[in-house]
Amino acid sequence: MTITTKAAAAEITPKHFNVIIIGAGPSGLSAATHAADLGVSYLLLEAATAPASTIRNYQRGKLVMSEPRSLPIRSSLPFTASLRETVLETWEKTIADYHLNVRYEAKVVDLHRTETCLEITLTDGEKLTADHVVLAIGVQGNLRKLEIPGGDLPQVQYQLDDAQAYVDETIVVIGGGDSGVENALALTGRNQVMILNRAEDFSNCKESNLSQLTEARKGGALDWLLETNPQAIELNSKGEFPITVFANTPNGVERIPCHRVIARLGALSSRPLLESFGVGFPTADLAALPLLSTHYESNVPGLYIVGALAGYPLIKQGINQGYEVIEYILGNPVEPADAALLREKFASFCNDRGVDDVLEKIRNRVPLLAMLNSLQLRELVLESNILLPAAGEIIFKRNDYSTTFFSIVEGELDVLIDEDNVPDAVLKAGEFFGEMALVSGRRRAGTVRARTPCVLIETPRRAMQKLISSVQSMRRVLNEVAIKSVVHICIGLSLSEEDLNDLANNATLKSYAAGEELFHEGDEADGLYLIQRGSVTVSHMIGGREVVLLYVAAGHYVGEMSLISGEPRYATVRAAVATEAVLIDAGRMRDIIARNPEIRGELDARYLQHLQEQENRQQQEASLESNGALGQQSTPSNLISFLIQQGVGEATDVLLIDESICVRCNHCEQACADTHGGATRLDRDTGPIFANIRVPTSCRHCEHPHCMKDCPPDAIHRAPHGEVYIDDSCIGCGNCQQNCPYDVIQMAVVQDQPEPSLWQMLLGIQPKALPNIGGTKVAVKCDMCKDIADGPVCVRACPVGAALRVNPEELLGYAGGGTSTEANLHGLTSH
Amino acid sequence: MQRGNIFDYKNYLYFKLAVILILLGFAAYLMFEPAVGYYGGSWLGYGLGTLSAIMVFWMAWYGIRKRRYRGSGATQGWLSAHIYLGTALTVLVTLHSGFHFGFNIHTLAYGMLLIVVISGFFGNYTYMIYPRLMTENMGEDNLDGLLLRIAEADKLARQIALLMPDDINNTVARACRETSIGIGLLEQLRGFQSDCPSAMAVEQLALMGHDLAVEHRKLYRDLYSIMVRRETLVRRARQDLMYRARLGFWLYFHVPFSIALLVAMVAHVVAVFFYW
Ligand SMILES: Cc1cc2nc3c(=O)[nH]c(=O)nc-3n(C[C@H](O)[C@H](O)[C@H](O)COP(=O)(O)OP(=O)(O)OC[C@H]3O[C@@H](n4cnc5c(N)ncnc54)[C@H](O)[C@@H]3O)c2cc1C
Ligand code: HEM
Ligand code: SF4
Ligand code: SF4
Repeated sequence: MTITTKAAAAEITPKHFNVIIIGAGPSGLSAATHAADLGVSYLLLEAATAPASTIRNYQRGKLVMSEPRSLPIRSSLPFTASLRETVLETWEKTIADYHLNVRYEAKVVDLHRTETCLEITLTDGEKLTADHVVLAIGVQGNLRKLEIPGGDLPQVQYQLDDAQAYVDETIVVIGGGDSGVENALALTGRNQVMILNRAEDFSNCKESNLSQLTEARKGGALDWLLETNPQAIELNSKGEFPITVFANTPNGVERIPCHRVIARLGALSSRPLLESFGVGFPTADLAALPLLSTHYESNVPGLYIVGALAGYPLIKQGINQGYEVIEYILGNPVEPADAALLREKFASFCNDRGVDDVLEKIRNRVPLLAMLNSLQLRELVLESNILLPAAGEIIFKRNDYSTTFFSIVEGELDVLIDEDNVPDAVLKAGEFFGEMALVSGRRRAGTVRARTPCVLIETPRRAMQKLISSVQSMRRVLNEVAIKSVVHICIGLSLSEEDLNDLANNATLKSYAAGEELFHEGDEADGLYLIQRGSVTVSHMIGGREVVLLYVAAGHYVGEMSLISGEPRYATVRAAVATEAVLIDAGRMRDIIARNPEIRGELDARYLQHLQEQENRQQQEASLESNGALGQQSTPSNLISFLIQQGVGEATDVLLIDESICVRCNHCEQACADTHGGATRLDRDTGPIFANIRVPTSCRHCEHPHCMKDCPPDAIHRAPHGEVYIDDSCIGCGNCQQNCPYDVIQMAVVQDQPEPSLWQMLLGIQPKALPNIGGTKVAVKCDMCKDIADGPVCVRACPVGAALRVNPEELLGYAGGGTSTEANLHGLTSH
Repeated sequence: MQRGNIFDYKNYLYFKLAVILILLGFAAYLMFEPAVGYYGGSWLGYGLGTLSAIMVFWMAWYGIRKRRYRGSGATQGWLSAHIYLGTALTVLVTLHSGFHFGFNIHTLAYGMLLIVVISGFFGNYTYMIYPRLMTENMGEDNLDGLLLRIAEADKLARQIALLMPDDINNTVARACRETSIGIGLLEQLRGFQSDCPSAMAVEQLALMGHDLAVEHRKLYRDLYSIMVRRETLVRRARQDLMYRARLGFWLYFHVPFSIALLVAMVAHVVAVFFYW
């Protein structure tokens, strides 16, 4: 072999490493530093030109928080809560000090297993191989790019960090979703803005964005083109505008000269990429996490997944996993960093055994939890509380709003459904309870009390949901139980166990988006619908107009009328919010009715009541309509429609302002700010009005709070009375602000306010606000004054009684003129 | 959807209380006819006086109560009591005076009370009628939104007007420059600007459209509709400011005179005890 062939060989043989780490975020950097510490041959690949692009994209000066506080950091990548800039600087210094073997602008596009190793392909086609690959690409880095000529010009950007930085420019924003619209709105005033929207309208946007948008266009501050797709972006050699966008509109190609393009096309799900690497997922659910072993290894041997991509949404977790994964690759069975936390958790009831033993014990005791792999079980226990109630202690009360889920490791508990103090059911070790509140978001329907000393695991809703979307078998079990409970609750208190099982096994669970129809007036009756989650409206065509007759909340059923009369559907039933219903098919239901006179009686009674309510409502509507004096607009049916549009259908408590008596003194807002660190959580004079009722911008305390969906430190909770609140572990990421459809969350600095002196109060002088002493912005919203003895201050401060808080069920019942009984949902059937 | 307001609070609790107070006051007044005629120095006078003085302090405390957000209870009940008991108080004080008026500190205190009470009644009246009118005027908009839209209409109108003949351009420029919205309390209370340049501009523009060159016609139409829209916005904004001002300005009497009343009342009591 000559020297030249050797060189040629080096050229063509891909470079090989023991470990290749993909993604230089916190997880990847931590893995790389640890690999360097241990002298492993490794390479770190990063798609961007600098490390940690997710953190780099935080807003300037953001305080990066270090949650969960109690979790120790074991990696040599330093991290403490500090400013974004400091964090980035420290990490850059670490990279330099360690001489980390990192390659930037090395985006991985393919990965697959060959016979001997894993082969990676980069964008430029270069191939690399490794014995082990650690995938740490997070979930942020997949912003969709413009796949058109010129999509990579420097004037085209995919993010807007600082809208203030642009003045007197002509800017084209591509994308009609919320982020595009919000960027466009932020740029108006100082710039000329044009939005290109692929769709025919902006119906995917939040209500508030929509109205601001129309407002802005009316004022000439921006403009848009609909059903328009960009074709190409070209550099201009001269003239005022550096680039020109060529866009395909319904009227032909349009040329738009501009300074800048901001494209907000959404993010790509990382799932297709992972699937192309051969990584398996447990369910088809898009929220499902990849299948991983306890050592973070995927089903592709040698391919490890850590950090946000593996479902651990916080920096600290990622950093620890980066360390652990290198240890695992080397075959060292290190204890995960969270072992100490688990030990602490377990200390109270079982301190003589190792953490793994206790986990094993839990798995053996509770069949439901045995469906989890050990990584998932650890996660679950970490996020849960271990409760050790003494005999007689109450776990939760009837009508509480708590949404946690309980597994019984040891002991027995009583369930009390009605007022008498006699237990209606017993729960034993190995069983679970509380799953209905998990599903429906409504009050607990029974009290649960320990009969013997117990060991319980109390798991927050979000942790359960994460698992449900990833663990097929668990989802199936919980679904079955939930169907059974809802059958039991809606119709079945007198049903035999056999009938109940039969019904439950043959029922189907159906989901509907807000506004979707369950069935339509005139349809053949297909069965009985039990509303398990969400709520529906019942409407009927009167005089060519669809009139809402009733509002039916979770825990009740619809569709019994045609079932009994045998006639076609009399009314249209529509989901008011995202709704799940259990459908019992007509034949089976008729069969059950035939055999159970009691159920027949109950359905008949309900049928007659419905008939009566509908009759009353129709009379009312008709008379209001004909005398016209009150105007079309304030008929009860319109009021219901309006309130439902404002999210009242999914709320547990809404603030309303009676504008006909409100004297606009703003005491409601001032009182809120004064008692909540200076930031008011309600905006009295924005929000839609119907007749004299305004629904101001203020939290509705949703049954299924959208804001909770994606909170990395899980800082948003539901208190027993239904209050949705944010605790002080908020990291200020802004996700909840994005997710709330009613726009009630703001980012603000919370700081205790000085109490004004008597003189200031008498004369109405505002005391000077304290200077901002470097507080950080966190998410703030109404907490319904849950920590204030006398209840909501907005209502109490209003001198004229214009501010009122209402429970929507009463309100909608009232508006509908019908009687509404409290939903008697409960999550307490014995299984 | 109506519910309790300050008048029917707790089923007219404070109204009933006030009526009882007034009746008791009159009964006492008629029953105890002192030998020397009615005046404050009698047994009855002292009784009524003491009660009234306590009530005045309590009335003034309302201003503090309503801003003690960290306390307990609801302000609505306090205001209801403030209104009814304040009215009863006036009657009691009048009886206390025994209708002896003159140029002295005592009558001065009484005068202060009347100013406070009358302004209070006026305030009450504004609270009853303006909220509804404000909603009718503004709908879902708020003042900031209107002002923003006016500013935007200004900008747009001026841009278009630049392309038009001079007379039109001048009219528009003048309207944008000279229109004032709620400058000074007086204008706010009135709710209009005399010879409003915006309204005049719309009138004048209507006359200027006749002999325009063809290329100006479309622009003219745009401009005219912008100016009409702008004028409505201006009117609504002024209207809103007017309601706000009227809902609030009486407090400029009510509160300072309450304080003056407290001072005068203390002087009156001191005078009675030390210089009688
Ligand atoms: C606005 C916001 C605020 C937040 N605030 C906090 C906070 O205060 N505290 C906290 O603990 N957490 C916070 N988080 C969460 C935190 O940012 C993430 O948990 C963390 O960044 C995840 O780290 P990671 O290493 O798994 O992935 P990332 O940090 O996302 O890193 C992935 C890296 O991989 C690169 N990459 C992506 N695809 C490829 C590819 N195909 N080839 C090569 N490289 C690729 C990316 O460029 C990126 O640099 C916040 C998140 C957001 C969005
Ligand atoms: C001795 C007599 C009275 C005194 C000392 C008094 C004093 C006060 C004070 C200090 C305030 C608080 C103002 C503020 O800071 O906003 C107030 C408010 C008010 N008063 Fe009186 N008042 C008296 C009688 C009355 C009477 C007789 C009426 C009505 C008939 C009345 C009606 C009102 C109203 C409507 C308010 C405004 C309430 C609010 O917006 O919070 N007052 N008064
Ligand atoms: S913040 Fe928004 S999403 Fe969350 S509970 Fe309140 S209204 Fe619902
Ligand atoms: S406190 Fe009452 S009257 Fe004052 S602004 Fe608020 S709702 Fe209106």
